[in-house]
Amino acid sequence: LQLDFWLAPRSPGYPVDIRVPFPSLQPLKAHLEANGVFYSIMIEDVQALVDHEQTEMLRSSRRQLPLTTNTFDYATYHSLDEIYTFMDLLVAENPNLVSKLEIGRSTENRPLYVLKFSKGGTNRPAIWIDTGIHSREWVTQASGVWFAKKIVLDHENDKGLASILDKMDIFLEIVVNPDGFVFTQTQNRMWRKTRSRHPGSACVGVDPNRNWDAGFGGPGASGNPCSETYHGPYANSEPEVKAIVDFVKNHGNIKAFISIHSYSQLLFYPYGYTSTPVPDQKELDQISKKAVAALSSLYGTNYKYGSIITTIYQASGGTIDWTYNQGIKYSFTFELRDTGRYGFLLPAKEIVPTAQETWLALKVIMLHARDHPY
Amino acid sequence: DIDDVGHKYHLDLVLEDVLDKDSTVNCTAEVLYHLSNKNIAPAVQFTIEGELKNTDEADYIFYSRIKSLEKELVAENMPDSHGSVSPEMEPIHLLAQVASGYVIWQNSTENTTFQLAQIKHVKQVKRSDDCLEFDYMILLHEMVSQEIIPWQMTVLWHPQHGVQVTQDSCQPKHALE
Repeated sequence: LQLDFWLAPRSPGYPVDIRVPFPSLQPLKAHLEANGVFYSIMIEDVQALVDHEQTEMLRSSRRQLPLTTNTFDYATYHSLDEIYTFMDLLVAENPNLVSKLEIGRSTENRPLYVLKFSKGGTNRPAIWIDTGIHSREWVTQASGVWFAKKIVLDHENDKGLASILDKMDIFLEIVVNPDGFVFTQTQNRMWRKTRSRHPGSACVGVDPNRNWDAGFGGPGASGNPCSETYHGPYANSEPEVKAIVDFVKNHGNIKAFISIHSYSQLLFYPYGYTSTPVPDQKELDQISKKAVAALSSLYGTNYKYGSIITTIYQASGGTIDWTYNQGIKYSFTFELRDTGRYGFLLPAKEIVPTAQETWLALKVIMLHARDHPY
Repeated sequence: DIDDVGHKYHLDLVLEDVLDKDSTVNCTAEVLYHLSNKNIAPAVQFTIEGELKNTDEADYIFYSRIKSLEKELVAENMPDSHGSVSPEMEPIHLLAQVASGYVIWQNSTENTTFQLAQIKHVKQVKRSDDCLEFDYMILLHEMVSQEIIPWQMTVLWHPQHGVQVTQDSCQPKHALE
């Protein structure tokens, strides 16, 4: 009968489990019934269970290694490895548009990658976008991934984007703080800072958005290494920050710089370290108004805008204060969804809508930069 | 500014039902932050125009479900890292949001902005009376300092008696590890 005993016979009174090949079912049933042996069916169809397990296993292994950027799941949060794999896939699929640059290494020696989107030319005026500077702000890295794919999808058929890329390059750093990001996945979901260590303190990490050389160390940052807004021992002490500073200075032709955070639904222009308005305040305010209107048009998401110091609080050593002082007039920071109901733990189903609406605001800024060369 | 007393704010606000975005109600409030003793909660007076939605049915369903559990409810990390809360746990999450509102009010100054970041742990405590009791360990996010502050709170709830926070205390930062 080819019976396969999963629980072998022991002694009277103990049950026996048997896998029965289909042709042997009737003969076995007849035999058991004829001898008054009680039986019950534990699994109707073992093959169905095995098949199901197979598909489940294939699906979970596919999660680890996306095969193309078309099968990549944009509506879920990914690991650092998955994001880095995505970058390589995107470059491989679009070698004439996308390239990957390594601009430095993190404290824990992870590579810092920037994607360059370019239709040619040499050192064209450029737009910089970064996400993931604060590692717990997961919707930002996830949006960065979506933006990368969006640029590839739209670079020919979308008039606005095509015209931007005709004149300018786009640089996108999706994970500014990879050490922090890995830490949020392995140890503490609420980790914000880098993972650098400092003599004299048991506490780890520097707030990368207080470490830039603009009002460094002034009010609006903390000198306490255990604080979430610790500015670090000196400006650019963090390799993650230094890498961008070096890149920006060496490039010399960046015209717009947008750094993306969450949460609060706000759009900022400089300054954060001082209440002195920037000379270009009026223009930046007008761009912000337009960008926020574009963002809202998609799903009705409400944003406020203004300078950092007047809209939330004084913050020194911030990214866009430095970039503005370097002469990058169109310097903006976003705080994406939501306003606190989920906060950093934004449900994955909101990733794509958030990225979609934010992209409309980014396009407003990029188009303005394209139309107002300086 | 009220000399020698503190700072008073008049607010016109719109309350929006978290579970039904189209359901809104107008509200006016006065908030007084005391100058002298910063350790007492700001004084709040408010009026609501109209009525809040009746939730008796949903309350009763949740109440009977918890009352009929064989073992005390226990849960962790709500929402999880990906922002998910399972549908059966959603009322526990909402209860924490309401209760943390009280804790936040009691600990607010003009220089703080708190949000409930996450429920790290919640454990139901069996009671001999009709109330449901939950012992929460939550994380509050303070936006000005950007700090994540663990906080313990004991929450009582009954469909007719509403929410009560009977005990709460700030926990040391390493209470998390």
